[in-house]
This record gives sequence, C-alpha cells and structure tokens, in this order.
Amino acid sequence: MTTTTRVAPLIDARGLHKHFGPLHVLKGVDLMVAPRELVVVIGPSGSGKSTLLRCLNLLETPDSGSVVVDGIDLMDPRTDINLARQRIGMVFQSFNLYPTMSALGNVTLALRHVAGKSAAEADVLGMAALARVGLADRAGHRPHQLSGGQQQRVAIARAVALEPRAMLFDEPTSSLDPELVGSVLAVMRELRADGMTMVVVSHEMGFARAAADRVVFMEDGAIVEQGPPDAIFGDATHSRTRAFVGQIRA
Amino acid sequence: MNIRGSWDRFADAFLNGRVLAKYWPDILAGLGVTIELAVLIVITGIAAGLALALLRCLGWRGLNWVIVQVVDLFRALPPLVILVLIYFGLPRAPSGFVSTWISLALVLAAFAEEIFWAGIVSVPKGQWEAARSTGLRLGQTLRLVVLPQALRVTIPPLTNRAIAITKGTALGSVVAVSEVLGAASSAMSNSYNASPLLLGAGAYLVLFVPVVVLGRFVERRLGPTAKPNHV
Ligand SMILES: Nc1ncnc2c1ncn2[C@@H]1O[C@H](COP(=O)(O)OP(=O)(O)O)[C@@H](O)[C@H]1O
Ligand SMILES: [Mg+2]
Repeated sequence: MTTTTRVAPLIDARGLHKHFGPLHVLKGVDLMVAPRELVVVIGPSGSGKSTLLRCLNLLETPDSGSVVVDGIDLMDPRTDINLARQRIGMVFQSFNLYPTMSALGNVTLALRHVAGKSAAEADVLGMAALARVGLADRAGHRPHQLSGGQQQRVAIARAVALEPRAMLFDEPTSSLDPELVGSVLAVMRELRADGMTMVVVSHEMGFARAAADRVVFMEDGAIVEQGPPDAIFGDATHSRTRAFVGQIRA
Repeated sequence: MNIRGSWDRFADAFLNGRVLAKYWPDILAGLGVTIELAVLIVITGIAAGLALALLRCLGWRGLNWVIVQVVDLFRALPPLVILVLIYFGLPRAPSGFVSTWISLALVLAAFAEEIFWAGIVSVPKGQWEAARSTGLRLGQTLRLVVLPQALRVTIPPLTNRAIAITKGTALGSVVAVSEVLGAASSAMSNSYNASPLLLGAGAYLVLFVPVVVLGRFVERRLGPTAKPNHV
C-alpha cells in the first residue's frame, strides 16, 4: 500500500455516486489503482461492484465524482471517451463476443475501426493477441464453435489487442463450467506477470490470494474494507467482511 | 351439351383469342409500370424505415415519440385511404403514379421501421457494451455489430411485408395508373370482354410467384421459424 501512495495512480476514481432511479447504488466510492497493481473486488450480489467497474470506463456515467485513467479525465466533456476507452480493456461475465464474426474478426474489429490499423496490420496484431491467450489455432472459429473458456479468452484477446493501460474484469469466470475456469485464470495471471494493471470483480479466492496485491470488500454501495489478500481473507477487521469471506469460502 | 355451352360462353368471356391478341401489349406495359412502382416502393420504403429505426437508436425522447406516432398512423390507415388523401387531398396533386409510390412507400416505411426496431432491440445489451468498451462509436457499433445481427431476424418479416405491400400497387388503378390492373380494366371496358383481366392475373402471378418463392427461401435460410424453438 505504501508503494501505491508514491506512484501516481493509473486509475483514480473519487467520490463516485450513482443512482438508478430511487436506488442509491454507489455511495461515495474512492478507488485508486497503481500502475501494475491487481485489485480484486469482492462483495455480495447487488453491492455495486459491476456498477463501480462500469463507471471506470463510463459504460455507466457517475452522478458525481471524478474518474481519471492514465491522466485522462473521463468526466471532462472535452475528453473523447471513445479514444479513452481504447486504453481501458473490459471483459464481461457473459463474454459478449460478436456471434457474426470469427474469433479473429472479434479481435480485429476495434483494431481496424478504432485504432485505425489496416486490415493486414490488424490481422497480424489480432493473431498475436490470440496466440497470447493460446487460441491462435481457433482464429477462424465462430464463438458458438468455442467452449465458454475459449470464448472468454477470445474476449480477453479482443481487449488486450488494443494494448490498454488497464483492464477491468467483471466476474470473468462466473458463467464457466468449473473445469474451464482454470484456463481463463491462467491467462489473467500471465497478463498480471506482464505488468498489466487490473481491476477484477471475482470471488475466486485462490486467484485473489495468488495474484492480487489488494482485495477490496464492497457492501451496499460502499467500500467497507480493503487490504492485502491474506489480511482480508485471514483476519479482516470488520465483522461484515469476515461474514462474507466465510460465505464464499463455504 | 349444356356444360359444353357454359364452357364456350366462359371461354368467350375470359379466354377470347382476339381480345387477348389485341390487348396483351397493354398488359405487358402495365407489368412494366407495376415492376417500376414495386422497385421504387421497396427501395424507398425500406430505406426510410431503416433511417427511422436508426434515428430511434439515438434515444431522443421527443423524436422517438413522434416516430412512434407517425409509424402507428401509417400502419393503422388502409393504404387506399392514404392514396386517396395524397392524390385528391394535397394542394398540388402529384400524378397517380407518384401518389401510389408515396402512399405505399409510407406504409412500407412504417412497417419496416417497426421490424428493424424489433430486430435492433433483440440484440443483447452486452453486444453494445462490448463494442462501446473497445472505443467503437454509436454509429460504428450499430453498423458493424448490431445491424448484422438484427438483420437476421429482420429479413424474413421484412420480405413478407414488402411483398404484401407491393401487391397494393393494384390500388394505382383507382388513380388512373396504367399498371397491370389499370391496363387490364381499360382493356376490359374497351373490348367488353373480361379476358384481359385473366391475363392481368397471370401477369401478377409471373411477377409475384418468384418473389414469394424467394421470400420463402430467405426465410428458410435465416428465419427463426426454420426450426421450432422447443426442438
Ligand atoms: N441499469 C440498471 N438499472 C437499474 N438498476 C440497476 C442497473 N444496474 C444495476 N442496477 C442495480 O444496482 C444495484 C447494484 O448492481 P451491480 O452493480 O450490478 O451489483 P453487483 O455487481 O455487486 O452484483 C443492484 O440492486 C442492481 O439491481
Ligand atoms: Mg455484478
């Protein structure tokens, strides 16, 4: 934690509030993530984890607060959010691959239409990204021809290909059969080893213990407690954290 | 004997060789007009319907309200009523041809907008989010990700609707357009014989049977009805 205070944070979100109608979903959340840091966010369903993550690339617009990523103020109306989003990869629970395109087509779409690469350049970069997730041999497959684990790795390749400065993962293994979870987590660990800055909403405790620098426990739209994985999973300060950790361990 | 006599009278009235020989060029010309109208209606109607559906994607509330009202209006009014209103009601009356074109294109645009819109909203939200999260703009997301998926569910109903509405070109005969039915009716009143009408019906079959077959083919290739969902 002392290192994070010295280096300028790569993700700097402060005072985030978000309402959905009468529902107050984020109640003043601060989240700072240092370069190369991996933060795992845990918390009960409905506590606002996804909303927090989606505020970090403005898929949801916070009602108030600030979001600065890699020095870009996302809330500034002069910021081109589409250019900023190139620098923030996102991976979803339900993969959300484009069913009309091959695996390679999924990965190259934004390379061509956002990053402005030629079709040939995009194919080279796309193949490299697929190789990175171990799926170069599946480049021509459509999503429905791939297993869930393979689909999620293609989705990771789609985000990684744009060379983002940070990546957001929203329960990336929650809709996978247990035997496929490992392959996705392995890819995430490699990203981590390569120095990617990551925010991961996940209840995979083994992954969090092995890979996370910090675990953040959210409840009811606020961060209750955060710290190194051993502290949060071992002897959390708050009884609510301990109760929740006990639940996911069971 | 009696049956023989009825058949002769029927043949004289509907399959009169002299009348057919004299008027088939008129019917053929009418077929040309019908085809021209049909092509214009399909192109402009579908383009306008798609444009309205895309405008609706912008999510401007006032605009969306207006689009929905206009679409409902043109879906509710009988096409003949729209045609008569345009032909007789507009201060500078367009020709019968243009009136028929405009009125049926408006009807097709209204139905097409609903069909495109239903197709667009059938694409899961996650597709939008994935595309936008990589920096694709709204228009790019629509064009590259959402529409290709939406069109799969759009094409079968759109084909059916386009066929149904272009058959309405026969209404043009009411406002003096010499399309197939108009040409056949004139020929019928000039010859005091109904044979041209049978020829006209034949001309419609020649035009629309291939289109209907094509529609069925497209539907089989793309349609959700290709396989019942519960199987
Ligand atoms: N688009 C939305 N519209 C209305 N309510 C929403 C929307 N997204 C999330 N919510 C609500 O906000 C709360 C927090 O949701 P979420 O951030 O998805 O929680 P978590 O990811 O921790 O399960 C939930 O009560 C959820 O129902
Ligand atoms: Mg969630």
